[in-house]
Amino acid sequence: MSEQEVKNLEEIFEARIARDEKIEPKDWMPEKYRKTHIRQISQHAHSEIIGMLPEGNWITRAPSLRRKVALLAKVQDEAGHGLYLYSACETLGISRAELYEQLHSGKAKYSSIFNYPTVTWADMGAIGWLVDGAAIINQVPLCNTSYGPYARAMVRVCKEESFHQRQGFEIMLSLCNGSEEQKAMAQDALNRWWWPSLMMLGPVDAESVHTEQSMKWKLKRKTNDELRQQFIDQTVPQAELLGITVPDPDLKWNEETGHYDFGEIDWDEFWQVVKGHGPCNKERMDARVNAWEEGTWVRDAAMAHAEKKNIKVAKAS
Amino acid sequence: MKNENLYNYILGIADNSLILGQRLGELCGHGPNLETDIALTNISLDLFGQTRSYYQYAAQISGGGKTEDDIAFLRMERQYKNVLLVEQPNAHFGFVLGRQFLFDVYHLLLMEKLQSSSDETLVAIAKKTIKEVSYHERFSSDWVKRLGDGTDESNKKMQEAIDGLWPYTDELFQLTEADRIMVSDGIGVDVSKLKKDYLKRVSEILKEATLKIPESKYFQKGGKEGIHSEHMGYLLADLQYMQRSYPNMKW
Repeated sequence: MSEQEVKNLEEIFEARIARDEKIEPKDWMPEKYRKTHIRQISQHAHSEIIGMLPEGNWITRAPSLRRKVALLAKVQDEAGHGLYLYSACETLGISRAELYEQLHSGKAKYSSIFNYPTVTWADMGAIGWLVDGAAIINQVPLCNTSYGPYARAMVRVCKEESFHQRQGFEIMLSLCNGSEEQKAMAQDALNRWWWPSLMMLGPVDAESVHTEQSMKWKLKRKTNDELRQQFIDQTVPQAELLGITVPDPDLKWNEETGHYDFGEIDWDEFWQVVKGHGPCNKERMDARVNAWEEGTWVRDAAMAHAEKKNIKVAKAS
Repeated sequence: MKNENLYNYILGIADNSLILGQRLGELCGHGPNLETDIALTNISLDLFGQTRSYYQYAAQISGGGKTEDDIAFLRMERQYKNVLLVEQPNAHFGFVLGRQFLFDVYHLLLMEKLQSSSDETLVAIAKKTIKEVSYHERFSSDWVKRLGDGTDESNKKMQEAIDGLWPYTDELFQLTEADRIMVSDGIGVDVSKLKKDYLKRVSEILKEATLKIPESKYFQKGGKEGIHSEHMGYLLADLQYMQRSYPNMKW
């Protein structure tokens, strides 16, 4: 293809996106669009899979049968999200094995929030309420993103996430309506999860390397700082309703802007965790790699069995 | 308690679902691939769903404001009536699927018969449960075949699991005191009569899986009477942790 031909295709492509048309797997797309989408969708899929671990940590210890069933179902939903996001990613011409390899080798990233430990039952509430809350704010705009398979996967993901968020809030509400010990547990969880949740919305705009291109492709509709403000404005009144205190002495309603002002985020901590040195980075990665390696013989057996069956069918016909 | 035998009979069935559900719950997020992870979580969810139906009924029989959670979390180890088979650890995936298979075949036969109980609530639970258990049995049988007739390594591992779990199968067919009374009242199933069909079905699958049927004539028992393996205490420590650490709270 000549340079001029590529340029023409690119112009047609950009015009389609401008008209809000969906790009489908078989459509022509610039290489950079393909790569950016593989990066983002796989990162998202990996986050779902790694995200199963901190909550999975409490399945065997959930305090009631009702809570146990709800938690199991929630973690299973995350596996489901991982599954259809990996499938969406595979439509861009990369295999699941390659995607896993990128995760296990540390080449691919996942949401840093899952590198924090879940130390009490209240963390199941705080994760649902805050982490899923922040995820929804990040993800709702993606239901309209330009790449068709991703946009469609996100419609379903968002529906389930909003259910998870209500479930998390409801756990917090039970704790806050409970004994002093339970309320203290809820406050402690908010203290530990608040700042990492704000970091989840990504680095400040000035330091976000992908924002500009992603906005153009509608892979992003609002900047990180806008999303963070939206999260804070939405969450502070919910904390008030629960009767627990957001751990930020600088948090204050600003009449003029119509938003909450908030304190400085510890970006050094953010980058430390992103770079692999958070409290549980190693545990999370080890758990994934172990599951994969210990499962090798099972996957090999399934392949070998299917092969044997095919041969039998071929012989019979 | 007026209906103590019925209460004990229900727990004898329900505790198997609780303990096996708990074992499968340990695996969530650690399966060999996403599809099996999701499927095993599904089975765990079904088992906990059944547990709740049974315990809610048992709580009602027991009276005195007892709840499903009191029954699930606040008994001593000696009061759990599950068979030894379901408390066996997740040693490797062969054991997980082998344990599931050896239990599912029994569970399916039990639910078929429980549908003819004279107790309406148990019939209703059995009718709902049998749909779930048919799926479990198909899933675990398919995997036993896959792993048995897969690679040399998987065949060895699956055989190791079946051999290791086999001594716990005979207990499934033993009757407790509560079982005997409930059988004579037309409520309970005589599980000793399920053994023949069980061995037939299990043998068929193992044969298809190119696995050997264990020849051992030595079996273990005790779970139904509350005498469990050393694994059970740790399982319960996890299960009961919150209820024991924070008594009398709502969650």
